[in-house]
Amino acid sequence: MLEIKNLHVKLEEEDKVILRGVDLSIGAGEVHAIMGPNGSGKSTLSYVLAGRDGYTVTDGSASLEGAELLEMEPEERAAAGLFLAFQYPVEIPGVGNMTFLRTAVNAQRKARGEAELTAGDFLKVVREKARALKIDAEMLKRPVNVGFSGGEKKRNEILQMAMLEPRMCILDETDSGLDVDAMKLVADGVNALRGAGRSFLVITHYQRLLDHIKPDVVHIMAAGRIIRSGGPELALEVEMNGYADILGEVG
Amino acid sequence: MALPQAKDDALTARLSALALPESAGWLGAARSEARARLLAMGLPVRRDEYWRYTDPSSLVAPAAPVAVRFNPGDEPEAFDAIDRLKIVFVDGVFDADASDDLTLSGVEIERLDRAGQADIHWAQGTYGVLEARGQTPVARPFAALNSAYATDGILIRVTGRAARPVALVYVHSSETSDAILHHCVKLEAGSNLTLLESGPAAARFNKVLEVEVGDGAEFHHIRVQGRDHERRAATHLFARVGAGASFRSFTLTANGRLTRNEAVIELAGPAARAHLAGAAVGDGDFHHDDTVFVTHSAPNCESRQVFKKVLMNGATGVFQGKILVRPGAQKTDGYQISQSLLLDEDSQFLAKPELEIYADDVKCSHGSTSGAIDETALFYLQSRGLPRTVAQGLLVLAFLAEAIEEVADEAIADDIRSRLEGWLARHAAKAGK
Ligand SMILES: Nc1ncnc2c1ncn2[C@@H]1O[C@H](COP(=O)(O)OP(=O)(O)OP(=O)(O)O)[C@@H](O)[C@H]1O
Ligand SMILES: [Mg+2]
Repeated sequence: MLEIKNLHVKLEEEDKVILRGVDLSIGAGEVHAIMGPNGSGKSTLSYVLAGRDGYTVTDGSASLEGAELLEMEPEERAAAGLFLAFQYPVEIPGVGNMTFLRTAVNAQRKARGEAELTAGDFLKVVREKARALKIDAEMLKRPVNVGFSGGEKKRNEILQMAMLEPRMCILDETDSGLDVDAMKLVADGVNALRGAGRSFLVITHYQRLLDHIKPDVVHIMAAGRIIRSGGPELALEVEMNGYADILGEVG
Repeated sequence: MALPQAKDDALTARLSALALPESAGWLGAARSEARARLLAMGLPVRRDEYWRYTDPSSLVAPAAPVAVRFNPGDEPEAFDAIDRLKIVFVDGVFDADASDDLTLSGVEIERLDRAGQADIHWAQGTYGVLEARGQTPVARPFAALNSAYATDGILIRVTGRAARPVALVYVHSSETSDAILHHCVKLEAGSNLTLLESGPAAARFNKVLEVEVGDGAEFHHIRVQGRDHERRAATHLFARVGAGASFRSFTLTANGRLTRNEAVIELAGPAARAHLAGAAVGDGDFHHDDTVFVTHSAPNCESRQVFKKVLMNGATGVFQGKILVRPGAQKTDGYQISQSLLLDEDSQFLAKPELEIYADDVKCSHGSTSGAIDETALFYLQSRGLPRTVAQGLLVLAFLAEAIEEVADEAIADDIRSRLEGWLARHAAKAGK
């Protein structure tokens, strides 16, 4: 599904290197988790994959189902099936959540040569999915993320993911800021989307989320590299001992 | 007092190309008075403080600079879907065939030149009168020129609730047309009218609209300035708003080499309300100037100015806005915001917001900003699959929303939005990356 090879990334504006050779291969239907200390480059990796400006790829490649990702505009990556749930979802005053969702769904359908959803069909689907995430109708009417609590923003990300039905979902700390019940809701939302060859890359600091969303592989990222990969037990090790041992071994 | 030579020269040159229309009745007298005002003022030159950001030379020139007519393609005419009484002017001349019958329940509509022959007419108290009051503290010579030389116009007296909106439709036909129109609207106490204006009018257009809003009356004005690229326009809107009355005006401007829209509004009676809003979008050789002067003369009045501009490829936006609160106008609530969204670094926004307050119990706020599009928001939208141009269009409409909110009628607001969407779809791609 997602193949990242020797990815080196620096900031466009300054000579700061952030990713120093990331290798990652996620098969269809797999769930991978990335953990790692603050500032190790996890969000940067997700932004570079999604196509955010401001970074320069100095070496390496990334492909989604065989298509070169790094050449594409962000919207083309989305249409190709990539989705990023932002660590910090963006507030957009003046743009209604519904308008935004509908425009996004139809833009992707159009890009893939599918018919646009009618207003009625769209409403039905969005109401149903919002209900499952306990997002009330009033929130859907508000401008995108404006005045949403931290947890509401994260649930709104998952709603977008559920509406867009991407092939490759990257969740950047979707669990942070969520209360226990909301975490369960979000995990249920994610699990409902599992299968059908859909893959996930879950960035998190806490083992807790991985109790709900069982990963196939856990990676540890430090200083712009993946320094260790293993099974779910790796997350437990981090939870108990922190990163000192792992960093020590490698360092 | 002698005029500065440059102003006098400009005036002489301009007047050499004009003939004072003959009017036997009250209008003749009003024209002579206006002409006297004009002669005492001269015409503006670039050095004038009030014309610091906008070069008046193409407005002053004896002949209208050539303006090629613009073909709007398959875009429907503004307000096409609104049930309205249409009054059409072609290059500034009333076109009876293209216009509807001028009878409307609750409203009296007359042509200016016909009504002007009478000895006594209600419009005597309005024509050139609000304009003359609006000449202090700042001179507005193009308005005085208009009162003296206007060749056509419409007089509207509203006595009840207008059965439907009155729409002034301005058609631009000749590449060198130079139109001067003057309209007066008088709303009697408690009456109600929506006035629509649309179209590019002429190669060069000088228009004055004077509005007297009687006590408790409601006036709603929505204007869509035609999207001819090369047209030039200097317009003035003078209004006096009576006790408990409501005045609302919204203008959409797309394209145009030069537009100077002046609004001079006086809140004359207690608890009067005036809302003025503008949304302007310009690409390239576009210069748009909103110059607004709101005077609070009575207590408990509310005024609101919301002006938004979207500029790209070297377009220029100007805002000069003032709120004057006279002594005794206590409990004034004044709000003014002017903002521009610059889609590139070549475009510019020049703003001069001012407050002048002579009462102690007032609430006035003003703000002016100019900024680029929010790249983070743009990326967020794109990451959900919206093409950059569509994402930018959404953000631009969001930016303009506060101005469009001043259009109360939803069908008219939708018309405005769809016009903007069309314009953005045609131009956003050019805004580049
Ligand atoms: N635009 C930027 N300008 C300056 N520094 C940046 C920028 N983007 C990323 N960085 C730096 O790159 C490093 C990696 O940041 P990144 O956000 O990817 O870390 P992270 O692993 O997601 O951390 P966290 O766990 O705290 O979310 C940090 O040192 C960060 O300060
Ligand atoms: Mg991060």
